[in-house]
Amino acid sequence: MVVKLFGPAFAASSRRVLACLIEKDVEFEIVPLDLLNGEHKKPEFLALQPFGKVPVVQDGSLTLFESRAIVRYYAEKYAAQGTCLLGKTLEERALVEQWLEVEGQNFRPHGDALVYQLFVAPIFNVPQDKALIESSAQKLGEVLDVYEERLSKSKYLAGDFYSLADLSHLPSIEYILSATDKGYLIKNRRHVNAWWEDISSRSAWKKVLAMGGYSGVN
Amino acid sequence: MAMIKVHGYQLSTATAMVRACLNEKDLEYEFVIVDLSKGAHKQPPFLALNPFGQVPVIQDGDLTLFESRAIVKYLAKKYEGQGTNLLGSTIGEQAMVEQWSHVESQSFTAPCSEVVFQILIVPMIGGKTDQAVVDSSLKKLSNVLDIYEERLSKSKYLAGSFFSLADLQHLSYIHALVNLAGQGEVVTSRVHVKTWWEDISSRPAWKKVAEAMKL
Repeated sequence: MVVKLFGPAFAASSRRVLACLIEKDVEFEIVPLDLLNGEHKKPEFLALQPFGKVPVVQDGSLTLFESRAIVRYYAEKYAAQGTCLLGKTLEERALVEQWLEVEGQNFRPHGDALVYQLFVAPIFNVPQDKALIESSAQKLGEVLDVYEERLSKSKYLAGDFYSLADLSHLPSIEYILSATDKGYLIKNRRHVNAWWEDISSRSAWKKVLAMGGYSGVN
Repeated sequence: MAMIKVHGYQLSTATAMVRACLNEKDLEYEFVIVDLSKGAHKQPPFLALNPFGQVPVIQDGDLTLFESRAIVKYLAKKYEGQGTNLLGSTIGEQAMVEQWSHVESQSFTAPCSEVVFQILIVPMIGGKTDQAVVDSSLKKLSNVLDIYEERLSKSKYLAGSFFSLADLQHLSYIHALVNLAGQGEVVTSRVHVKTWWEDISSRPAWKKVAEAMKL
């Protein structure tokens, strides 16, 4: 049975899930959603995801939302196939979880604010909050200083192995680099940049990008 | 075997989450106080444990771990043979625990903590509560709790018929909102949310932690 993913393929959260499914050799089918026309706020979708957010997956009788929960589920369920994304021991798994939480708690708020303010707001003619842009760039820089130190001692975030913790950053950093003028936050940090070049060159990620970007992007 | 060490602060909601989990798993631990009021969390000795300068951090044998939600998951897995089962029993149940844990961390806690921050912390540090922020955060929280109300009308706990990490992760944030900041109405005005809150907050493992979490 093929996993169904509801959501546009270009959404950051969808890309997080797609990267994981491809790394784990899991077959899937995308059911596109028209976010611009509010399809995610209609009753049919809210029945699947009451918070009205993408993506949602349906896998047999299981319906699951929250991209960070979905990737953990598939990484665990298909532990025996594809790329190992959770480390090999309980302790390695704990470090993967730690850095996944760092992404969700420390990186995400500032990364998302930058992408929203600089890329999304103009599309919807929402006025930009310049003060928030500056403070988000500042705070993201401080978080990335810690990543720089970590990655000077460790090839990947959780250790010397690629994991969900690294994968979880791919969509947000891709949008920061391609859709905002804050890419220097990544590029100017030697080890962060080397890590980004490594993880973004993985074939699973390239396949995700090949599924298409937001059609309004120049 | 050396005892688990928890580096944290009595009033820290994230520290309380970890302590609740340790209690549920019948685990003894040594509590090392990191005095946030004196900025100890931004000093080099603590930064060596967590370079992000945040509590709590645990040490369990050779492992040093930060991020409260990673810690509780590690403890729930490593010590799955003892105390309360916090992870569900099948892979489908585990998926539900993950899903609702992420609802907590991505949708619930930010507006909840913002209310507590404005009402409790801001005056403590010499500032003035921004009522507009309180109002908009309470509105966001209300929208989220409407969805919880619907969920809990069909399910005893968030992930299913069993108490799990998904419920546990909410305890300290709701405690701070209801008991420390006096903003319980969003919880108590919703029949199923209220019942759920009374149930999970009456667990002995939580009550021990709540006693220590006083102003």
